[in-house]
Amino acid sequence: MIKMPQSVYDEIVAHALKDTPIEACGYLAGINGEVKYAIPMKNTDASNEHFSFDPQEQFDAFKKTQKEGLRLISVYHSHPETPARPSEEDIRLAYDPNVSYVIVSLAGETPDMKSFIIKNKTVEKEEIEII
Amino acid sequence: MKLTINGDTKELKDGISLPELLIIENVEQPDMVSVQINDEFIRQDEHTNVVLKDGDEINFLYFMGGGA
Repeated sequence: MIKMPQSVYDEIVAHALKDTPIEACGYLAGINGEVKYAIPMKNTDASNEHFSFDPQEQFDAFKKTQKEGLRLISVYHSHPETPARPSEEDIRLAYDPNVSYVIVSLAGETPDMKSFIIKNKTVEKEEIEII
Repeated sequence: MKLTINGDTKELKDGISLPELLIIENVEQPDMVSVQINDEFIRQDEHTNVVLKDGDEINFLYFMGGGA
């Protein structure tokens, strides 16, 4: 389970709505399964079907959270036109076993956010508790 | 020798290479990580040439991307 402040939930949704039709993406910084804040990242693919992080920006986020005693516990990205479930590409590219993967879909009438653990190409849904 | 790996200080045998360290750290696909040593990026084609030294600070992060 991942605990997420309502403000962070709202921020992720706002980021997704702002960037659509491009996929929005970012890290979630936190500790012990509790999100403290979101770190919006540039989608270097600038695509409605793909996202990639910039490595330098990744290290900047990593070092910032390290200094604060936090970790990068999740990665989020939006699906502007498809459901909140990991795509084949999401699963294939989920190399980091140490994070959960949050997806916010804008395909329906209202945004839909779900979180997943993806390890060894196996997907397991993770509950999001809004705090 | 002491190395700081993603923020954690660890004691490892002298003279290990970067590829050996990534194996120790259970990185299954080293070509999918970006590595910085002492804040300098290490190009993928340079990994095999890097021998780590006492006090090195190594950070590695996985490629992050996906689809829809």
